[in-house]
Amino acid sequence: MEKLSLGGQLVQYLFTGVTVGSVYGMVALGFNIIYNVTEMINFAQGEFVMLGGLMMVVCAKFLPLPMAFVLTVAIVTAVGVLMERFTINPLKNASVLTLIIVTIAVSILLKGIAMFIWGKDPYVMQPFSGTKPIHLFGAAVQTQILWVLGISAVVVVLLTLFFRKTRYGKAMLACADNLEAARLVGIKVKFMVLLSFALSAAIGAAAGAVITPISLMEYDRGALLGLKGFGAAVLGGLGSFYGAVAAGLILGIVESLCAGLISSGYKDAVGLLVLLLVLFVRPSGLFGSVEASKIKKF
Amino acid sequence: MNRQDTGIFLGVVVLLTAFPVAVSQVEAISHYLDVMIFVGIFSLITMGLSLLMGYAGQVSLGHAAFFGLGAYTSGILCVKLAVSPWLAMVSGALFTGAVAYAVGVPSLKLKGHYLAMATLGFGVIVTIVLNEEVEFTGGPSGLSDVPRLEILGVPIRGELEFYILVWSMVLLVLVFCLNVIHSRIGRALRSIHDSEVAADAMGVETARYKVMVFVLSAVLASLAGSLYAHYVRFLSPGSFDLLLSIKLVMMVVVGGMHSLWGALLGTWLLTFLGNEWLHVFKDFDILVYGAILLFVVMALPEGLVSVGPRLSHMWKRGRESEG
Amino acid sequence: MTHMETRHHQPGELLHVDSLEKSFGGIRALQGLTFGVPAGAIKAVIGPNGAGKTTLFNLVTGILLPTRGTISLNGKTITGRRPQMIARLGVSRTFQNVLIFGRMTVLENVMVGRHMRSRASLLSAGLRLPWMRREEQEIRARATERLDFVGLADRAKERAGNLPLGEQKLLEVARALATEPKILLLDEPAGGLNTRETERLAELIRRIRGQGITVVLVEHDMNLVMDVSDDIVVISFGQKIAEGKPREIKKHPAVIEAYLGEEGGYANAEGRRA
Repeated sequence: MEKLSLGGQLVQYLFTGVTVGSVYGMVALGFNIIYNVTEMINFAQGEFVMLGGLMMVVCAKFLPLPMAFVLTVAIVTAVGVLMERFTINPLKNASVLTLIIVTIAVSILLKGIAMFIWGKDPYVMQPFSGTKPIHLFGAAVQTQILWVLGISAVVVVLLTLFFRKTRYGKAMLACADNLEAARLVGIKVKFMVLLSFALSAAIGAAAGAVITPISLMEYDRGALLGLKGFGAAVLGGLGSFYGAVAAGLILGIVESLCAGLISSGYKDAVGLLVLLLVLFVRPSGLFGSVEASKIKKF
Repeated sequence: MNRQDTGIFLGVVVLLTAFPVAVSQVEAISHYLDVMIFVGIFSLITMGLSLLMGYAGQVSLGHAAFFGLGAYTSGILCVKLAVSPWLAMVSGALFTGAVAYAVGVPSLKLKGHYLAMATLGFGVIVTIVLNEEVEFTGGPSGLSDVPRLEILGVPIRGELEFYILVWSMVLLVLVFCLNVIHSRIGRALRSIHDSEVAADAMGVETARYKVMVFVLSAVLASLAGSLYAHYVRFLSPGSFDLLLSIKLVMMVVVGGMHSLWGALLGTWLLTFLGNEWLHVFKDFDILVYGAILLFVVMALPEGLVSVGPRLSHMWKRGRESEG
Repeated sequence: MTHMETRHHQPGELLHVDSLEKSFGGIRALQGLTFGVPAGAIKAVIGPNGAGKTTLFNLVTGILLPTRGTISLNGKTITGRRPQMIARLGVSRTFQNVLIFGRMTVLENVMVGRHMRSRASLLSAGLRLPWMRREEQEIRARATERLDFVGLADRAKERAGNLPLGEQKLLEVARALATEPKILLLDEPAGGLNTRETERLAELIRRIRGQGITVVLVEHDMNLVMDVSDDIVVISFGQKIAEGKPREIKKHPAVIEAYLGEEGGYANAEGRRA
């Protein structure tokens, strides 16, 4: 392999950073969507990504890629819906602690099921457009990176259209703004909750499906992904749509630079330290409003 | 302690005394003594967690980290610096307490989900550090040959001796915790759980108490870790991971969060499940754990200890409607 | 009283509020509020819903920080201090939405009120030292006495969350009294009570004053207010519109206007009294 200049290395790290950052951003969006409607944190968010990745590996073996992708997203969305129906919906007036434990229980259940189906070893998948890298800005960039960025961008655009133009989307925004008022105006909050879980699962699945060719996927990846994604969500200001995306990218870049320039063993700790720092110092995040965060139940 | 607690306490002491005797008679279950030692070690952690979660109403998804900090401090000090085990244990407790204080003060300003996430994040960071700092901890390959504990120069070699040591400590801590619960401190903690605003208005230093019970639970976890280190005598970071933190929370929740006896019951049940009865499932024990946790939290939110009172309540109500 | 006279803390006043203002984002909950509470008096704070009365209590007890203005107790400024500090200085309260400790027994609730007046630490409690045991007995005795004072002695061992609303409100009073306050703030104590319970409440308030405790009362029930108060201050849309003795307030044009349109409020009370 050709030796890269420092500039080339930096570009490499940036590309890696933006790639994982997109995934963190997707996970963060998933957290936000559920949080906005229910004010709860779904600890199983990372598992949706994991399931998306592993499911995609299976589907891609006997279906053409686009169909495999759609099927993967559909199946994981169904999982999200089942989760909401069987574990969240029945717990109407549960305490915060109960909800926390429930989503944790679901996350280990999903992890167990994944281990049952797929075993413990990481799964490899062929990049969507082949393995030959293209050269950009002095670095060799895998084409899969462009897929990740592309699909993430599509997700963001689709979500924006959903929230701005469709009836259900606007209803969800209303719930995020003021749940009581939304209920009074006749919005079916229960359906919004279901929808939020379905959407979050779908987004997570898409992220997982598209990142697996680069970073592989195994049954226990969910927890760390979820934590870092949550870190991005809080960094961007919990509930903030664009904040999540931006914070995810920032987090990914910072992590990648730290891994490349300082120490790769502590790579995972970077995202977690960011999470702790944000929670301790500025819980409203970079783009959230301080006033609003005072009212939020931290 | 009130009369009910004293009664249960004596019952537990009787059972603990009879246990090694009974188990030694049946070859097939003679290794249960070893399992019970782990039950004792984990009970030290879960009693602290019960105070934190059930009484003060906070949550921690990172307690395996404190367990690990205690274990590794003991391990490292004894193996690399030839420190005496008891001194190492105390040092571990002090060090872990200090870490818990540093993490606790900012974390306990958070509530609910955010506190859970912060403790989760902290726990994973500790696991990463234990894995990465190979010079100190031996990294993933682990730290071995941790020396035994000694009493008056005599090393504690046998299972029975360790059993007695561990459970003596558990009983002492149990009495301490029961005393705390039935004191103004216990009432203050419970008031924080029920209404922090009202507790503030009554002059309860809520922030200080939350940190206090957090540090106490961390110190107990550290002591448990040291005991673990001197018993198993081999440490690897994988034993102190997120899954253990979740299992510890499970023990408290399944047994019954709002009662110390619940913590003991849950610890006993889940340790035996994990070490013994789920072996048939091999690696899929996490599936079973997830299912149990889900079931308990949805159907039996007050845990297993509430089964008795609940049944008697239902029975009473049934009789009332008949009469 | 002229504008100038009421600005500063008057002699004989226990609590004084000066130019108090509180804004939440764009909303001004309280503006330029100034009044005093004489020691040993029973002062009512009345006004239409949303006038800012509970905000006032939250400011006085340190739950909220004022945007502007000062609050002083016995001449000492307490503005911006933490709730625990203010409680320690002798300010205690009940809550509009009854914040009792539902999972503890009735007696334990009141015992929490003794928290500030006791000293046992974690260590002394865990080791159950003799002096701690003596303190526990004293806490229990004083709490029982306060329960007796409000008439809930026979409910001591019951779970507080199981009590009916009226008794929960009494429990909150007992708990607040256990802190040995100089001044007691009651936030809508008659809310949800029937006539008989309200009469018992009025009698209790008088007995509290009889123990030398100053009472400030936020209340909608005009009968109770007129019956029990020495002094009334009227707040509407965050501003003081009147202050004085009950019979002055009854006739005050601004007050009557503020209440017109309020269902079952002032006008009805006037009718009943006549």
